[in-house]
Amino acid sequence: MKDRSGDFGVIGKPLPRVDAGPKVTGRAMYADDIVLPRTLHCRILRSPHPHARILSIDSSAAGRLPGVKAVITGADLPVKFGILPVTQDERALEHEKVRYVGDPIAAVAAVDEETAAAACQLIKVEYEQLESVMSIDEALSQPKDEPIQDYGGPLNIHKLVALEFGDMDGGFARADHIREDVFFFQGNTHLPMEQHSAIATCVDGKITLWSSTQVVHYVHRALAKVLELPMNRIRVIGAAHGGGFGGKTDPFSHEIVVCKLAMMTGRPVKCTLTREEVFYAHRGRHPVLMWVRTGVTKDGRITAMHFRSALDGGAYGSYGVASTFYTGALQTVTYDIPAYRFEGCRVFTNKPPCGPKRGHGTPQPRFAIEVQLEKIANDLGLDPAELKRRNFVKPMTRTVNWLRVTSCGLEECTDRVLRASGYANRTKRPGRGLGFAISSYMSGAGTAIYWNEMPHSEVQIKVDRGGVTAYCGAMDIGQGSDSVLATIVAEELGLQPAEIRLVTADTDTTPIDLGSYSSRVTFMAGNAAIEAARKMRRMLAEAAAAKMGCDAVDVAIGGGRIGEFSFEEASALAEARFGTLTSAGSYKPPQIAGPYKGSGVGPSPAYSYTACVVDIEADARSGLVHVNKIWIAHDVGRAINPLAVEGQVEGSVYMGLGEALMEEQTFRKGLHKWPSMLEYKSPTFLDMPEVETFIVETVDPEGPYGAKEAGQGPLLPVPPALCAAVHDALGVWIDEVPITPEKVVEALRRKEKGEAPRFGPAGFPGIPYPVTIKVEPPPKDLGVQAG
Amino acid sequence: MLSLDVNGETTRLLLPVHKTLLEVLREDMLLTGTKHGCELGECGTCTVLIDGAPQLSCLVLPAQIEGRSVTTIEGMARGADLHPLQQAFAELGAAQCGYCTPGMLLAARSLLDGNSRPSRDAIREALAGNLCRCTGYKKILEAIELAAERMA
Repeated sequence: MKDRSGDFGVIGKPLPRVDAGPKVTGRAMYADDIVLPRTLHCRILRSPHPHARILSIDSSAAGRLPGVKAVITGADLPVKFGILPVTQDERALEHEKVRYVGDPIAAVAAVDEETAAAACQLIKVEYEQLESVMSIDEALSQPKDEPIQDYGGPLNIHKLVALEFGDMDGGFARADHIREDVFFFQGNTHLPMEQHSAIATCVDGKITLWSSTQVVHYVHRALAKVLELPMNRIRVIGAAHGGGFGGKTDPFSHEIVVCKLAMMTGRPVKCTLTREEVFYAHRGRHPVLMWVRTGVTKDGRITAMHFRSALDGGAYGSYGVASTFYTGALQTVTYDIPAYRFEGCRVFTNKPPCGPKRGHGTPQPRFAIEVQLEKIANDLGLDPAELKRRNFVKPMTRTVNWLRVTSCGLEECTDRVLRASGYANRTKRPGRGLGFAISSYMSGAGTAIYWNEMPHSEVQIKVDRGGVTAYCGAMDIGQGSDSVLATIVAEELGLQPAEIRLVTADTDTTPIDLGSYSSRVTFMAGNAAIEAARKMRRMLAEAAAAKMGCDAVDVAIGGGRIGEFSFEEASALAEARFGTLTSAGSYKPPQIAGPYKGSGVGPSPAYSYTACVVDIEADARSGLVHVNKIWIAHDVGRAINPLAVEGQVEGSVYMGLGEALMEEQTFRKGLHKWPSMLEYKSPTFLDMPEVETFIVETVDPEGPYGAKEAGQGPLLPVPPALCAAVHDALGVWIDEVPITPEKVVEALRRKEKGEAPRFGPAGFPGIPYPVTIKVEPPPKDLGVQAG
Repeated sequence: MLSLDVNGETTRLLLPVHKTLLEVLREDMLLTGTKHGCELGECGTCTVLIDGAPQLSCLVLPAQIEGRSVTTIEGMARGADLHPLQQAFAELGAAQCGYCTPGMLLAARSLLDGNSRPSRDAIREALAGNLCRCTGYKKILEAIELAAERMA
């Protein structure tokens, strides 16, 4: 592992994570590991029907079962909630209508899990079944009984959006070649190794919840709303986290239910979802059908792009409005598209709600446009990598849809993977193929989930005789955000990360950070930590300078020394001089959203960039794809810890490969087809090819030490690169993810019969998109004042 | 009444016969280092060693293993001294969320106990039943190789 520290003390060093010790010894306490005296266990009764009206619920027999301490139904928790302010459409327990198999209806707290489960079986629910809607096409037809939700519409449409930037007619008129394609990206799920778990206590009217959540602050808000309590009566603590990937970013029914049951029983109440329940809790990747029309000049320059998406949202809103915008937002941050039109649609279906999964709404369109550009290159007889390269965005520019691009390492990332893989000089032989793709992702969303003018991240630091403690609401979900915080504070104070004590993700004791989603923590909490640590550094330097008789700026800090003093001595001098040593820092992203409705989705203070080459063998007889090797280069701005960055990149490649080859969340009559870890195929140790990772550092002007995100972007190029490799190997296009053997074989059969050598969706449905909002593009040069 | 030999200590327990070893370890013995991902024998997360061989504790009944020795993650370090595998996992970033880590470590230990310098393919084969969603397995592979090298 390369040390990239240069002039830094600890930034850029491949140090172990600060929580490595507890994790390798089994001492890390995950939510289900927390045991409190007199804990009751909770099970939730869930709907067996995909769409039904609840006529009555009789829980009296359940309440009489020995060992049962409380039974609640929807009437006990009637207030609706939801992650987005515009879609408050969920209830902790439904008492009027169920909308997917797995919708929660009632909950039991009992002395043990078995008793709670037995009591759930005794709850009698009378249903009137309604016609269920299971696909995008069905959702776009007239509902037989009634729409799934009582908002949105027409039909079972949840959200429609239509935006246009630049001169579309002129763009297509200038094109020498225009291509239309339809793609489908199947839904898949996060499959965290840890099942969701939550445990709550209620002492003196004050609730404490430990949960496996990615977003303690948003859970805090939802609890206050549904339980109708002020936020100061609720404390949410993020337990050690067994994997999120976006799947634990909504407030969940079981988190609210255990709090209510703790309030009623006066005892701690725990609920851990079964693996099957985790599949139904979902909030994963939306299945998205996409239609793309792109115009290019004969040398491959894009002149205009028209992109349509249809998202199968499942039964509730979740992050869906944002997901819909995301399917159209980031196409322009990799390619210079002078005219761009986006029409998006999300529908409700009677399936578990979809939401954010690693890359949130952007891996699907990334697959579509990367594969379409491959096809266009084929049409024009150009090298696909060269065609893409001709269209790369330039650093320090604004896109046609008003996104601000600052640092951009696309060129270098592309160079690294093309060179290492020998892509240009690859030996062509049937059955072997190489594919290339690029991508970009946000370093945090420029706008918060709920509108407010407060910072997105806040950090406090305390120094005393016991050492340094940093406080921040950020939640480490395994990506290493605790290590990033400790490293930054250590860098500024001249210490080692292991010397920094951390208090994180606790709404009582830590200042707010919005949580681990949209790859925001390194950028936002990192900048807040730098501000807080530099204030502390100044106090320490000033106190040391006074004693040394020099200027504070001349005090050397590093290696555990503050000028002539040990850190401990200097902190005593500073405490004597200033009193209690505390400092605080915060971060608020720049206001860079464009002047149109919907412009809040897409802007980020910085974008990461990735390039990838996939090398495969594909067997024409069986359709099996074997991946030989993957090269991936990621522009992370600056690697605060290169070991952790590599881990994020490799994990993203792995997850992207799973989506590309095998993972699918699909349903039959409302039931998940494979709600178990054996049947839901995910890559094992044996499926993972060799991965060669290149870290590219563009040193972003606004990132902490120049850092950008690493946890999501590197997933995005893997599915399209794999698709391109399959075409390179066998001469067929699989316009649909996952690329399974039967699809490959079917495409080859069509090719043999002289039909289009392709497997993918036949067409795109008619969608009643609204009148397009036309937006004037901004000046392209960042130096020119926009607006 | 059942005797269980876990991490070198013998404990006598009174248990319902249908309780799995996983449940007994976590709930009755408070050895919560053993994690669970499915409780159906599919993910490898709850791996423990029984007489040195990796077993899924969610599929084992304590009555089946009376008199045999069980090793959990809590029994891997010697006091404050980490096992070389634990040390290598920490140093090389082989644990991200850390949830599959106890099972991975025990499966890897069993491999190294029987084969001190396993090939990459032998490592992949031995750990193919342990799923990880964070790492892409690469750093785990490298950590096992590093530990093997140090132990040799």
